[in-house]
Order: sequence, then structure tokens, then C-alpha cells
Amino acid sequence: MKKNKFKTEISQISETSALIEFGSEISEDINKKVRTFCTYLDEHPFNGMIEYIPAFASVSVVYNPLKMNSQSPYEVVKSVLEDILSKLDFSSADEEHIVEIPVCYGGEFGPDIEHVAEINNLTVDEVIKIHSEGKYLVYMIGFAPGFPYIGGMSGKIAAPRRESPRTVIPAGSVGIAGMQTGVYPIETPGGWQLIGRTPVELFNLDRTPQSLLKSGDIAKFYPISYEEYLNLKEEK
Amino acid sequence: MSISVLSPGLLTTIQDLGRNGYQKYGVIVSGAMDSYAMRLSNILVGNRENEGVLEITLLGPSLKLEKGTLFSITGANISPTINGREIPRGRPVYLNKDCILKFGACKAGCRCYLSVAGGFDVPLVMESKSTYLRAEFGGFKGRALQKDDILSIGVKSSKSTKIIKKLEDIKGKSDFVASSWYMKNFMMQNFESMVIRVFEDRQFHNVSEESINKFFSSKFNIDARSDRMGYRLSGEKIELKEKLEMISEEVSIGTIQIPPDGNPIILLADRQTTGGYPKIAHVASVDIQKIVQLKPNDKITFKKITLEEAERLYFEREKDILELKKSIKLITI
Repeated sequence: MKKNKFKTEISQISETSALIEFGSEISEDINKKVRTFCTYLDEHPFNGMIEYIPAFASVSVVYNPLKMNSQSPYEVVKSVLEDILSKLDFSSADEEHIVEIPVCYGGEFGPDIEHVAEINNLTVDEVIKIHSEGKYLVYMIGFAPGFPYIGGMSGKIAAPRRESPRTVIPAGSVGIAGMQTGVYPIETPGGWQLIGRTPVELFNLDRTPQSLLKSGDIAKFYPISYEEYLNLKEEK
Repeated sequence: MSISVLSPGLLTTIQDLGRNGYQKYGVIVSGAMDSYAMRLSNILVGNRENEGVLEITLLGPSLKLEKGTLFSITGANISPTINGREIPRGRPVYLNKDCILKFGACKAGCRCYLSVAGGFDVPLVMESKSTYLRAEFGGFKGRALQKDDILSIGVKSSKSTKIIKKLEDIKGKSDFVASSWYMKNFMMQNFESMVIRVFEDRQFHNVSEESINKFFSSKFNIDARSDRMGYRLSGEKIELKEKLEMISEEVSIGTIQIPPDGNPIILLADRQTTGGYPKIAHVASVDIQKIVQLKPNDKITFKKITLEEAERLYFEREKDILELKKSIKLITI
């Protein structure tokens, strides 16, 4: 049996769910443990497990208490989870899964790119270069179908949110909010500074899995022209 | 068989027990707001509990149903009638003729559930028939019902056929016949009770003592902006002891969040998968059905119980449902 040095905490959070905390901050190391644990659950769902919800530093596991054959179902689940945690190897290296996302920067798709350049004393081309050189870790998917919480953006292109949010941000929009960058899978209101748009669908019902990205993936953006954008959009 | 929509009502959608297993992709659960009433309506007509039903909100639709349809209505009392005759709720109802089902004044509650034996024949999207309005998928074409929609009804189970046989025995000349048996009194929902039982959630101890006292001693008002995603409350502002740096983590049905303005939000069926606001308390699973039947401007108070107590209530509820299933089985032998 493998002895894992770090501490985890398991607690019951409702009649039907338990929370496993691997830490309390946003860090690649903690998030990797979350993913290792989730991958195990994907491959070995336990009897009565309904689903799990990964977050930055924790995972909640939803179960059916009636399937635990016990007056204290949480205790049964807790011991199953403890057992998994004690034997799982958290030290193995992640297989790097890179997802390349084409982005048409600037123009009508990225109306705020000049603003982002200006406040950082850069040219628009430099903003594109810095944004598309980055490797971005997908910490979690949440908020909306396929919406990635990603980290790792260079502080050189950071920009505060717009003072008044736009009522509509089109699907595929790539934006910057503070130190974060992200892509909107569905049309939604929002206050992000928009720097471009991708023709790729982050969420598509006719695809398995439906979400383009999953937690643990590395997202990379590469610049494409307006024509390439239209061609890629048409291919679908 | 099918149902034709003559008028759609305020917000009528197909819902089942939700889209489970896809939250890791950011896909919300959706499903019936009052899953208890929804399950009962399915059980009453011999469907599996997770079959899609119509969730009807405040203003009911007008529906043309075919002869031979077996249906039941549970949850809110939105005055269902056929040819001016009241339809009893909480019982299976069988149609001897083609009929138009209408709804009237909303007398109690906010949402009612209409199940049809055989269920609705709509495609499963990620294993569920629930309508996800914002992403426009699931249910009937990913949207609320509209005038002239035609909903196909699926194949009846052997349980449904048995219930129909029993009702055919008492078949008269009237348009419809309802069973003489119905859910025991304790199974009929009581919408008078505005006391919501909650247990402590993860940031309970980060809330100021004064606010905790207010939370459990004052009345909260259901705000007009409440919807399937969550119920917003107004009343005493809830404050934290000190500012809290939180990172997004799980939320679930019944989570009570405290956003910066101090007005609690109870998360419900269409909640987002994760959230970053402090969570003061969590509604006991058995009391979700009370919340979702409240209308804007209704008042609630919170009562603190332990998670163990909530769990006990959960098991009692499941036992009641099992009893109902057993009795129906006995009646239809």
C-alpha cells in the first residue's frame, strides 16, 4: 500500500454527497491530485455512486444513500473514499493532453484587443504573440456547459473587466478578465475584455464527450486569419 | 397517442429527475423542481419514477388529450378541469373520450406535475428528458411548450395497463374516471408550512453571530427574480465575520449562498455546477418541495436541524414512497 504524505479531508455535505478536499488554494499541484482522484472514479465508480463534481481543490461525490444498505450511508461512502485515497498513486506524472484552439484575434471578434495592448504598453501583435505562446492548464469545467476555468496567463497582458458588462458575448469569444483568460462556450452576458473568437465549438451535443476540454488538459491558442476562421466555421 | 398543445401556459417544460453524471462537463442537472411531486405523479400512473413529466408553472396550459390516456396531476393546485369538472389530484385519471384539460386559478403552490402513462416520447439528451432552457437542449426541442406542439406518448408499462384495467371496471358514461383510491393524507403536500428546515453548510461558522441569529429568527421574502435556477430572498442582510477569499467549489440543490449584498440565494434545479459564494446553510432534502412551491412575496423562516436529522427525514420520505408503490401494486393485482 502506498502512503500518501499529504492530508485530505472528507466530510459529509448533504444527505447525498461527500466532499473530499485536497487543499484550499488554486495550485497546479493540488489540482493534479483532484484529477488523479477523478480519473480513478471514472474508471472505478463505486456501487451507488451517481456522479462527481471536480473543482479547483476539491471533489464532491454524489451518491444514492438507499444503495448503501446501511443506516449510515455516509460512513460506508467515507470508508470507500478513504480506501481509494490510501491506495491511489498521486505521484505519477500526468500524460500531457494538449488541445489546440484556433483564434481569430482582433477585428470585430476582438473589439477590446487594442485596449488590452494600450494599458499594457504593447502592440496588438505583441498581445497576440504573448496570448498564443502560453500553455494554459484547464483546472475545471463549470459555470456553463464546457466552460473551462484555465490558469497560466502571462501578467503582461492582464486587463481588468469592463466597467459595464456587455449584454451579449457571442459563443466562441476569447477574453481576458484580470489575470485570467477564457473562452465562452455559449452566448451569455459578461464583462470580459474580448480579444478574439474561435470557430471551434467548446460544447457540442453530437460529440462524445460533448465538452472539447476536460480538467487537466493543456489549452494552447494559435492565431488564424479571418478567412481561416470562416473556412473552419464552414467545415462544420 | 399524443397530446396537442392548445395554449402553452406560462412555463411548461418536460422534466425528469435531471441530467446526472455530466456536471464534470459543466452541464447543469436541471430536472423537476419538485422531484417529490414529480415522482409521485409517475408512480400513480405506473411509469418508472424517472419518466419525463410536464412541469406546469402558475398559469397552466390547455391540452387536448386522447381517449385512452391515463394521467395524474400532483404538486400545486392550479385548478385542473375537464368540461368544467374538477380533476382530482393525486390519483390516476383515465379518459373515456378525447378531452380538453384546462387549468385555472393557482390556489396553492406554484408548480404542478402532469404525468402520462407511457411517458413522453422525446429523445434522451445525455440520458435525460429534462429541458435545459438556457442551453436549448433536452425535453421538447430544448424549449418550453408552445401553441400547436404535439407531444408523442410512449408505450405503456404493464403496471399502467393494470391500473387502466381497474379503472375500466368502474367506467361510466362520463368523460373521465378517477380511481377511488388516492395518496394518503400525509402524502398530499401541505403548502401552508413556511418553516424550512436547514442544516449548517460549509461557511456557517464564517457568518457573524448576529447574522446567524437574524437568519433563524426573522422572516425572509421570496424575491420576484426567483426562478428555476434559484430563489432569491430579501429581508435581513447576512454578514460574514470577515471578508472570505473563496475559490469555486461544489454547490447542490438546497445550497444557501450569501453573495456580497447579503441577500441569501437558495440554489435549485437549474443551478450552476460550482460556485464561489460562502454557503451558510443547506435546505434538508425533504423540504426542497416546500421552497419550490412558493411564489414571489411568500414568506419563509428557517429552522436549524442536524444533518443526521435531515438524513433520517430523507429515509422516512423514501419509505413512504415505497409504501405507496406497494399499495398500488396490491390494488391493481
